[in-house]
Amino acid sequence: MFEGIDLNFIWFVLIAFLFIGYAVLDGFDLGVGTLHLFTNDDSERRVLLNAIGPVWDGNEVWLVTGGGALFAAFPHAYATVFSGFYIPFMILLFAIIFRAVSIEFRSKSESKQWRHTWDVAFSISSVLIALLMGVALGNIIIGVPIQANFELRTTLFSLLTPYPVLVGITTVALFAMHGAIYATTKTEGELKAKLRKWANTSMIAFIVLYVLTTIGTVIFVPSMFKNFSNSVFLYLVPLISILAIINIPIQLNRGKEFRAFISSCVAIATLLVLFAIGIFPNIVPATIAENSLTIYNASSSHKTLGVMLIIALIGMPLVITYTSIIYWIFRGKVKLDKSSY
Amino acid sequence: MDAEILARIQFALTICFHYIYPPISIGLGVILVIMEGMYMKTKNIRYHRITKFWVKVFALTFAVGVATGIVMEFQFGTNWATYSRYVGDVFGSPLAAEGVFAFFLESGFLAILVFGWDKVKPRTHFISTMMVALGAHLSALWIIVANSWMQTPTGFHIVQEGIMTRAEITDFWAVVFNPSTLERVSHTLSGAWLTGAFLVLSISAYYFTKKKHLDLAKSSMKIAIVVAAFASMFQLFTGHLSASQVAATQPAKLAAFEGHYETAPADLYLVGWVDEANNKTYGIKLPGMLSFLIFGNTYTPVAGLNEFAPGDRPPVNIVFQAYHAMVAIGMLIILLAYLGVFYWWRGKLENVKWFHHVMMWSFLLPQISNQIGWMAAEIGRQPWIVYGYLRTKDAISKTVDSGEIVFSLIMFTLIHILLLALFIFLLIRKVKQGPDGDNSENDNPEQQLQFAE
Repeated sequence: MFEGIDLNFIWFVLIAFLFIGYAVLDGFDLGVGTLHLFTNDDSERRVLLNAIGPVWDGNEVWLVTGGGALFAAFPHAYATVFSGFYIPFMILLFAIIFRAVSIEFRSKSESKQWRHTWDVAFSISSVLIALLMGVALGNIIIGVPIQANFELRTTLFSLLTPYPVLVGITTVALFAMHGAIYATTKTEGELKAKLRKWANTSMIAFIVLYVLTTIGTVIFVPSMFKNFSNSVFLYLVPLISILAIINIPIQLNRGKEFRAFISSCVAIATLLVLFAIGIFPNIVPATIAENSLTIYNASSSHKTLGVMLIIALIGMPLVITYTSIIYWIFRGKVKLDKSSY
Repeated sequence: MDAEILARIQFALTICFHYIYPPISIGLGVILVIMEGMYMKTKNIRYHRITKFWVKVFALTFAVGVATGIVMEFQFGTNWATYSRYVGDVFGSPLAAEGVFAFFLESGFLAILVFGWDKVKPRTHFISTMMVALGAHLSALWIIVANSWMQTPTGFHIVQEGIMTRAEITDFWAVVFNPSTLERVSHTLSGAWLTGAFLVLSISAYYFTKKKHLDLAKSSMKIAIVVAAFASMFQLFTGHLSASQVAATQPAKLAAFEGHYETAPADLYLVGWVDEANNKTYGIKLPGMLSFLIFGNTYTPVAGLNEFAPGDRPPVNIVFQAYHAMVAIGMLIILLAYLGVFYWWRGKLENVKWFHHVMMWSFLLPQISNQIGWMAAEIGRQPWIVYGYLRTKDAISKTVDSGEIVFSLIMFTLIHILLLALFIFLLIRKVKQGPDGDNSENDNPEQQLQFAE
């Protein structure tokens, strides 16, 4: 099956696609969570929650499926990273658990104390998830101390160095902006005006942090740019990325929130494509270059990658079709009713 | 304690807590399809109302199930890295397939199921309900494909050596339909249907005892009795298939089920105790019955635990007790389900008070037998993680030390207890509230019907 085709490369692209899908979709859920405590009004908070209500769960499945696909296609990457980042990964899991249940639990009682507790849990866990994911990404960019036997051991504090933390904070700002813009497309009136303000603030924060991160990358990890010498077409990616980011304030000022949201999606996607181009052909670059996990030494067999490709080719078009239908059904502004959170 | 034991305790704890919720979702999913199907067929508003009520119970269960389940997807990597490297080529595919085919389906259509009542046509809503139920079943299918491969591995070969040793797929369909897949999927699913059905029975019985929401209670109880009557018989049938299958492929596990040490014609214990120090089993037994159940006669010898080196045997007494308790509870479940059928047939379903009081607590039975049935299956596989190929002690993450696992174990314990407490609290609250728009102490179905027309 698939003789002579570089399935390892195809799976690198597919897993990148799954994680980009996750970041673009759950990114706005996390962003809405990040902004959740900025309003004190219960009905405004309910509108925010219900803006993501029907879709956040499906969005999170992109992460779960991405994890499963990583396990299947690159088991060494899955094993090395998750055991090597044990403590931060556990904290990430706890945050994911609390976030999921706080959305469901909050609406189950009218009590102020109850709702406040879950609002705080929802918001803190949203920020924490974005931050930890950014920090993990930052650490992978600078490389981690993988040993010759593929094993990795880190501590929480060895991962919290300036560059990864910068990437983490940038991610929080990016998702906050993304979430604010998404929520403006789902709301009206006063809340929408507030969200526009938050969108602007978080956008400015993001752009400043983004510039700092880029400077940091140029200085500390110049290897992230090495692949650009392979093809001049690769320069299209940063170009699109920058144009998309510039387009966000333009569209927001014109009151075209949906266009701003699409630009924000493109910005997140292209930033992650830049990350993927930067590390390729590594999946997890090591501080000692020859210990890096690559798409070849960390992968499953050609046979398994082929079977998986068939599963993906059957499954993903279905997923994209009905996910689009569901987004279409729940289009338009949020109206609170009996079945709302 | 060493890292291996801690990692095992953590896995056991997280999977046990997680497995409280998915069987409810699977079973309730089937019941929702029936209820809404009845509404589509009869257009009787009563079915619409009860479907809406049970959807709320479903949504709550689903949320906690997802939250506790995400851990499972990643725990292979965090705590069982060596296992992940060894089996990733084989084991990863069903996990990824579960995501692609099941989780997306379930969570996507859940949006319409829960929030879409006024947004889509009734037919579209019904299709969504079916898709959610289908997703839940596909999820069970793929995860049990993965687990069954650990029990009865086929369709692979071992390549390389040392730290790079691993299993690689040679035949994908042989992995998917390994010798125990069908038996174990059907047995697990019937357990899940019972879990959903008995939860509905319990809550309906509670309403009968309180004389509240009788309309909802009556219709729900009848549908649940139908599901329970079918599923409990199917459970017995698939249980028999599973045990015969274990006899053929995992002889040490079967011997542990019955505390069977000497290779000889084997007895079936009703109750008993295994003295593991002296390799002896005491109890009340039916002579030759195990041989009979497997081979159709009472004299064919069954391989005993003595055939296996002590290091290759599972812990016997705990497996014995879990297995026997599961079977006993299974029988009790059949009895209760058919008592329900009996009272329905006699037209007494609403009047038998003792039955309502018993049924109120019956949701615990499938829950307990799910848990201990899985214990028998998983502890019975020990000391292997992949039966005959990889030992559990060789499968843990090499770079995660016991201190780190203690931290995560304590956190998981606290979180899961908290989640279970909140789940129970919210479920009771929802049950006490009853269906929307129904504040009457003793509602009148005739009135409701008129209102509908």
